[in-house]
Amino acid sequence: MSNDVAILGVGMHKWGKWGKNFVEYGVKACLDALKDAGIEWSDVDFVSGADTVRNGYPGYVAGATFAQALGWTGARVASSYSACASGATGMNAARAQILAGMADVALVIGADTTPKGFLAPTSGDRPDDPDWLRFRLLGAANPTYFGLYARRRMELYGATEKDFAKVKVKNAAHGFKNGYARYNKKFTEEEVLNSPMVSDPLRLFEICATSDGAAAVVLTSMDFARKHTANPIKVAAISTVTPTYPNTVIEMPNFATDSSAAVGLPEAPFRDSIAKAAYEEAGLGPEDLDLAEVYDLSSALELDWYENIGLCKEGDAERLLNDGATTMGGRVPVNPSGGLACFGEAVPAQAIAQVCELTWQLRGAAGERQVEGAKVGLTVNQGLFGHGSSVIVTK
Amino acid sequence: MTATSKARVPAMEGWFTTDESRPHLIGTQCTRCKSYFFPKETFFCRNPKCTGDEFDEVELSRTGRIWSYTTNHYQPPAPYMAPDPFVPYTIAAVELDTEGMVVLGQVAAGIDPDELSSGMEVELVLEKLYEDDENEFMVWKWKPTREPIAAPMSSQHKGAN
Repeated sequence: MSNDVAILGVGMHKWGKWGKNFVEYGVKACLDALKDAGIEWSDVDFVSGADTVRNGYPGYVAGATFAQALGWTGARVASSYSACASGATGMNAARAQILAGMADVALVIGADTTPKGFLAPTSGDRPDDPDWLRFRLLGAANPTYFGLYARRRMELYGATEKDFAKVKVKNAAHGFKNGYARYNKKFTEEEVLNSPMVSDPLRLFEICATSDGAAAVVLTSMDFARKHTANPIKVAAISTVTPTYPNTVIEMPNFATDSSAAVGLPEAPFRDSIAKAAYEEAGLGPEDLDLAEVYDLSSALELDWYENIGLCKEGDAERLLNDGATTMGGRVPVNPSGGLACFGEAVPAQAIAQVCELTWQLRGAAGERQVEGAKVGLTVNQGLFGHGSSVIVTK
Repeated sequence: MTATSKARVPAMEGWFTTDESRPHLIGTQCTRCKSYFFPKETFFCRNPKCTGDEFDEVELSRTGRIWSYTTNHYQPPAPYMAPDPFVPYTIAAVELDTEGMVVLGQVAAGIDPDELSSGMEVELVLEKLYEDDENEFMVWKWKPTREPIAAPMSSQHKGAN
């Protein structure tokens, strides 16, 4: 396939709360990815940085920050920001360079150091910024939106708090021995259901933490990759779609949805369109997936994603979960890495980390969390302000 | 409670009418395609099939139905002006039929979230969001139009003017 690029190397820094400079985490992830690829830093033509907005100017120019930290080589750079989807945007920029013949070897890197507690808007008095206003006028931190989606599942499909807790229990068990995860602890349903209520019906252990961490991938042309390995893992699709008007589901950081009064309801909700674009690009469908890494910002949100990526019909996600289909050993394990439940969120690194996990799985190198015979995997994620992110990885 | 002589001012100028008995959110409507916007869109229509650049300011429906709701039990970070001690509050996403849109707002103080459900009709009210030495800063909130089923002991207290 002429539109494929290879994932020649992957690397991560363990997620946690270390409080060090994000560049330190990122350099570690880059060095691991380069070593994994079997190439030198000087082989890299293009550096694609996924930005962090919480670490000052170096975070806004992540591509150059890491190019400098690894030692200037004259490589070309780009830096992308699209909130939680930044990593996918960064990978897409790298892929475009490779497919256009402008670069043979690209290094994509995302790293973050996050403050404790809720992610807050940029400081200062900024009444023109909806992200500032939602905190000021509503007190709507991110978990508010997760709580609204979770309650909606309960009201519409009869989901229960126990269903939500089971997602956390599953992901905690999946990531229990993942050396890159921040939390290596198993949970029982009771422990989850006894944790403090945050945004009703979601409890503390069901809402992802904010973490430090870093992930990097080396993307190359298929020709370059074949000189280094017989069967390179491939990127078959990267979806970075935005919504189509009208977007009628309330989303961060908005106060209101678009209006359908004049134009009618959209064909499909935004979240359905994210993976759909990736499937179309890869010529694959949900029935082809062996595993998926989905963005479990909350336990309940993972259930929404099952439906959004086509693993089941709308309203059937709880049954899919309870049948064990998405647990290790099931039909299509979801979040074998442990997901955000075990990692917490390091915003610019997260979409890249999802691809690292799929790469290890498809190589058969995921150790105790290996999904047997994995050949096709999908990631999905969404960044606030209308950023879709989905990557399909194949053997 | 001590009587207050503080002035009541909108926490956000121009987002809602200040008639406290029947407040409305203020949005805009594209004069060409008739799409509604809240907060107000004023310079270019966001419908990609429309190139309208003129808008009428409109009062949005002051009743709607609950799409979903959640109660926040932890104090969010600034710039939220939380009372000390912090008081949990509920946020509802409310569907407005005429406008075909969902609008967020806090739920009026004193409403038990256990009484809320999707599809329940709510109306817009104005309540204090926070205050300083001179002013009470008002914001829109959603309140069930039916008096919620109250606990037996307090059921006498409705209807006081």
